[in-house]
Amino acid sequence: MCLGVPGRVISIDGDVALVDFWGVTKPIRLDVVDAPVAPGDYVLNHVGFAIRRIPAEEIGETLALYDELLRRAHHDDLMAADVRAELEAAKDE
Amino acid sequence: MNSAEQLKFRDPARAAALEAALAEQAKRLGRAPVTVMHVCGSHEQAIAKFGLRAAFPIELDVIMGPGCPVCVTDVPEVDEAVALAKQGVRIATYGDMLRVPGTAMSLADARTQGARVDVVYGVAQAVTLARQTDEPIVFFASGFETTAVATAAVLLAEPPANFSVLSAHKYIPPVMEIVAEMPGSKIEGFLAAGHAATITGWGVFERFVERHRVPVVVAGFEPLDILAGLVRLVELIADNDIRVDNTYPRCVSREGNLEAQARLWRVFEPQGGRWRGIAHVPNGNLRLRDEFAKWDARRRFDIDLAQLWDHAPPRLVAQCQCGDIMAGIASPHDCTLFGRECTPDAPVGACMVSAEGTCKIWHQYGGHPDLRQIRRRA
Repeated sequence: MCLGVPGRVISIDGDVALVDFWGVTKPIRLDVVDAPVAPGDYVLNHVGFAIRRIPAEEIGETLALYDELLRRAHHDDLMAADVRAELEAAKDE
Repeated sequence: MNSAEQLKFRDPARAAALEAALAEQAKRLGRAPVTVMHVCGSHEQAIAKFGLRAAFPIELDVIMGPGCPVCVTDVPEVDEAVALAKQGVRIATYGDMLRVPGTAMSLADARTQGARVDVVYGVAQAVTLARQTDEPIVFFASGFETTAVATAAVLLAEPPANFSVLSAHKYIPPVMEIVAEMPGSKIEGFLAAGHAATITGWGVFERFVERHRVPVVVAGFEPLDILAGLVRLVELIADNDIRVDNTYPRCVSREGNLEAQARLWRVFEPQGGRWRGIAHVPNGNLRLRDEFAKWDARRRFDIDLAQLWDHAPPRLVAQCQCGDIMAGIASPHDCTLFGRECTPDAPVGACMVSAEGTCKIWHQYGGHPDLRQIRRRA
């Protein structure tokens, strides 16, 4: 429940960003993010809120774990389920 | 189990180098075992899932502390939610919270008796539920500071009047103080959780380190991040260099997320309270401030706890060692129920209920993830 998930900002409308997570687009609230974000930025998200803008040069390191979890993990894997629950926590478009 | 086929490091050469560095630092300690504690269910998941304990040097014991917010939700807090549900109030909460035992029953038990309990993935969904109806919706809120920030942001955005929060949110730094001073504690260093520290900043641990004279290292969640964090932590212990260090700078700064902290502390105040099985933790519970009383379920409803007290607690619960496991003084192997009477399908204690509980993680990823137990005996 404290594992945030990174995603890429597609567009911004006020306090809500559309964020792409491995092809799934979710609206993410920006009220508590630590720095101004723009389309193309990566943000770390938790239960539907962006909590950190991730420096672009470090995003590869951050994405690797999630790639691994979403591509390879067994359907009942606890960490992968946590990541999927994080995406579910954001409202659907 | 399925962990072996998934054991794939992003950068095997770096993983091997980190394993060697960890072994070298551990050798410098010149004694064994040296125990360090992490306080995050996601860390334990990654350690168990990627089989990291097999890569840890024999000198090093890495144990999980009170890093599962669902597990440390205390019995009276569950009772409040169950009592409200049985009074006919509709409850929305995380799936893991459903089966956490209260005095007489869990929310899942209440639901089979007709209470209305909705599973949600986050606070925003609970607000959506409230917008779709006129009846009261109580969000039974669990989670550490990372999650409490979301609840705070929702309350600051004027949710509907029929929405309220029953807060079981907890704040991690104070419980580290308790665990560090627990009689019998052998903890010589702490690995702090990267995403909680994204909010608080690593500076929050500076006073802790001064007071308790143990180093703290903030680490991320990828297997390499955890290994790197442990290398640094063992190095600090070996050098007797007592300080906070941050090995997850891409997500954690010294001051943390100030916007999030401002909202967190505007909505919540820290209060003392019990953490299940562990202790009374001064400032460990996050409760709504007076100005948010209209969204505070504890003030809006007359919660009748006495209705639950006629029921005797289930017999096996008395043998559950969840508290000692979360305090770092026992492991699931010390519990006679683990894997026998207590399984994910029929959990006795909260640590087997939640995906972030030590027992459930060990059970899912094989139950005996520490190969060194075998090596030590050999």
